[in-house]
Amino acid sequence: MTYIAKPKLHHPSLVKNKAGYTRRDYEGAVSTLCAGCGHDSISAAIIQACYELDILPHQVAKLSGIGCSSKAPTYFVGASHGFNTVHGRMPSVMTGANLANRDLIYMGVSGDGDSASIGLGQFAHIMRRGVNMTYIVMNNGVYGLTKGQFSATADKGSISKKGVANSDESIDLVSLAILMGATFVGRSFSGDKHQLVPLIKAAMAHKGAAFLDVVSPCVAFNNHAGSTKSYDYVREHNEALNRIDFIEGREEITTQYAPGTMTTVQQHDGSWLRLRKLGEEYDPADKIAAMKRVQEGLQAGEVVTGLLYVDPTPKDLHHHLNTVEAPLNTLSTPDLCPGPAALDKINASLR
Amino acid sequence: MPQALTAVNDFVVKFANVNGSGSASANELFARAILRMGVPVSPRNIFPSNIQGLPTWYEVRVTEKSYLGRRGGVDMMVAMNPQTWAEDVKEIEPGGYLFYDSTKPMPASAFREDINIVGVPLTAITNATYTDARQRQLFKNIIYVGALSILLDIDPEEIKKLFGEQFKGKEKLLDSNVKALNLGRDWATQHIEPGTVKLKVKRANNVGNRIFVEGNNAAALGAVYGGATVCAWYPITPSSSLAEAFQSHCKRLRHDKESGKAKYAIVQAEDELASIGIVIGAGWNGSRAFTSTSGPGISLMTEFIGLASFAEVPAVLVNVQRGGPSTGMPTRTQQSDLLSCAYASNGDTKHVLLFPEDPKECFDFTADALDLADRLQTPVFVMTDLDIGMNHRLCEPFVWDEKRVYDRGKVITADDLDAGKTFGRYLDVDGDGIPFRTYPGTHPSKGSYFTRGTTKDEFARYSEEGAVYVRNMERLQKKFHTAARIAPQPLRYSSPKATRFGVIYFGSTSPAMAEALDHLEEAGNHVNALRVRAFPFAQAVEDFIHEHDRVFVVEQNRDGQLRSMIMNDFTLDARKLVPVLHYDGTPITARFIATDIAKKLAQFKVVPFEKAAS
Repeated sequence: MTYIAKPKLHHPSLVKNKAGYTRRDYEGAVSTLCAGCGHDSISAAIIQACYELDILPHQVAKLSGIGCSSKAPTYFVGASHGFNTVHGRMPSVMTGANLANRDLIYMGVSGDGDSASIGLGQFAHIMRRGVNMTYIVMNNGVYGLTKGQFSATADKGSISKKGVANSDESIDLVSLAILMGATFVGRSFSGDKHQLVPLIKAAMAHKGAAFLDVVSPCVAFNNHAGSTKSYDYVREHNEALNRIDFIEGREEITTQYAPGTMTTVQQHDGSWLRLRKLGEEYDPADKIAAMKRVQEGLQAGEVVTGLLYVDPTPKDLHHHLNTVEAPLNTLSTPDLCPGPAALDKINASLR
Repeated sequence: MPQALTAVNDFVVKFANVNGSGSASANELFARAILRMGVPVSPRNIFPSNIQGLPTWYEVRVTEKSYLGRRGGVDMMVAMNPQTWAEDVKEIEPGGYLFYDSTKPMPASAFREDINIVGVPLTAITNATYTDARQRQLFKNIIYVGALSILLDIDPEEIKKLFGEQFKGKEKLLDSNVKALNLGRDWATQHIEPGTVKLKVKRANNVGNRIFVEGNNAAALGAVYGGATVCAWYPITPSSSLAEAFQSHCKRLRHDKESGKAKYAIVQAEDELASIGIVIGAGWNGSRAFTSTSGPGISLMTEFIGLASFAEVPAVLVNVQRGGPSTGMPTRTQQSDLLSCAYASNGDTKHVLLFPEDPKECFDFTADALDLADRLQTPVFVMTDLDIGMNHRLCEPFVWDEKRVYDRGKVITADDLDAGKTFGRYLDVDGDGIPFRTYPGTHPSKGSYFTRGTTKDEFARYSEEGAVYVRNMERLQKKFHTAARIAPQPLRYSSPKATRFGVIYFGSTSPAMAEALDHLEEAGNHVNALRVRAFPFAQAVEDFIHEHDRVFVVEQNRDGQLRSMIMNDFTLDARKLVPVLHYDGTPITARFIATDIAKKLAQFKVVPFEKAAS
């Protein structure tokens, strides 16, 4: 989007968050994606979310696969380590990274080709393992870097820029994530910052496998009439179930709302999610209902957005493995090596 | 009467069984009892890719001289599987012995005239004593061990002691096993003429303080001692027992005493791609991590191996090799993944390989590999195989230096960064090709970088500029040369007489080679030997080749893969390297090596260089 690097000098009037950083401290390198790319809006939303959450920038680890979306981690939180892995296999690398150091905040960024086509297997397995992470798919239904081929999330019947209709059934990653055991699942639209930023914040605060499918139109190859991932199409068909406010801290929300217009959910870390209902009655803690509503939306050609499913008390992979509280990468020789005396005993047992 | 093979502490007994019949533990008991009498044994499982029903064999070489390689040939066959009867009987050496279940009469045509037949009505004895079907099956095995102990002079007290250790606290099981043992012993004493079998075990003192262990178990223990905290794996024969052993060692050795929590994480991944991905993620984030697999797993991991090499992330892979290509021979042994590991992935890639010779080196090299991977920031392969991995092998006890501290390599800390130390992720500061790295989360404003599989400059910035690319590739080459210096060095064994001939070998060929060298020497064929223990090759390998007119390269694969790698690395006349290849899936034998080398030597001694090599 911005081709001219903004000066790094911070204006004194920039507001610092509780961690002592300004919003600009969460920026990354200048984007090399196309002007108007939805992915840049998502990067901007991630920057905003990290700033608002008062995260220490270096406590984030950003991982991605291959593709336009996977280039995005370069464009946010430049003070953190990033890992651009191989196509479709970011989930396994993120799993390993998370096992090594449970204290960092893991942000996985992927695309629809990366997660739904080549990487569908790893996508499914990271969800079912419950890796504590925020996994964002920047979903444009198309291969951008290789110029416009359909991905596996392209809707059946949607028309490519070259005029070809997609005859394959599309893969709905939201449905799959819920089915595979993700404990926080939402969908949003790159063009709806007000919905997206709080969703990212809530996902990052979630201590389990959090997945966000963000529809992100490809201005170069999938923003034409006949596409179901264009700005116009998504704006027209966006069926937002809720908008959430993310509230840190453990205090009960006291503001009164008219009955039936608001639901609150407290996550395990003490944060509150305040859901303002936009349409029908919808309880995001009800997994079966969530799956039903998502399927109905697909049937009706709607892009159902909002917080679709949340388990407020998730268990993550470290819980399952019963690992020590200290990050495994901080354990040293005395912590890990049983020593020669134990080895002598083992030798004796092998004679 | 046929002649009767006579030997003390030097013979081969082979058990032919049905998979899943509980024979494995009885056969192992047999081998261990001999070992406890101070006589070295070398047992090998020969098993099918099957859980129940197919034929399986267990071959025990009794060898006072500690020749632990496979000998070849069978002096006594314990034929418990009607399915394989004909081929089992055929395999017995003339004058050897056939031990069989004589409950049902067999036609004379089922036997051979040049072997000695020992029939014990095992089924009849079992059925007369036990009613439960499973008991009948299990105790039949113990009964034959009992009978064999009489025939071969195996001390029953040693067997009883082994029962005592195995069934500690389960007195009932102990008693019933002793009873079954005695059933076999009593029948044999009463019905078989003493001296019928002239193969005897005589108490000796040749085992010393050596241990008896499988390579997979040893490598797993090496991973515990070497500080691995993350293990990701996918089940594949013959490596599965390695990850499982790591789990059981960790359960005993790696739980926090106070909290009871685990100081390790093991993930059985969805496939080998995910296994190596998890290892790389953990390595990138500063944990020591490893995976265990076999050839087909390496094929799947190849793309990731390239990433780890080019992005310079530590990773350890234990490859328990089996017969290839493709699914190949899953339960047979080979050394046929050298090329696929050494050059795994697209582009100009080369990787560090270590070649352990036995379980002791599986332990040492796995622990060392974790240090080497950190120091070199690259994947390191421990190239074991089914022969070492899944068989109990007598070897030197494990040793660990109390003062040893894990060498985490070149890692820049927050303090270093605050002190103003320059950090270029791919900058060669020390001239050894190895750059410094930071772990994610090190410092709020300094030291972060982007790890990628694309080309980058010294400061990890994306670049496709030719000169930048070449600089990086040259540095990686330099790093590879550093690896040759710090990896395990080759070991040389010199013939007592000066000779123009040498032999290079590696890995599981080692025990057969040691024995073959003795045979060759006895026959007046003097050969110097060099055991290669790592790739990239140390300078000593090239020097050794230049010292000799001809160098035999002994390998368990068809294509002479190590030979190809040597030719790739050094400038030399390819005809100097003479392949000696065994690759039918069985472990290489001393007989094969000595015969093949002697034959070729005879040619070289009379025929001029050009002709012999052509």
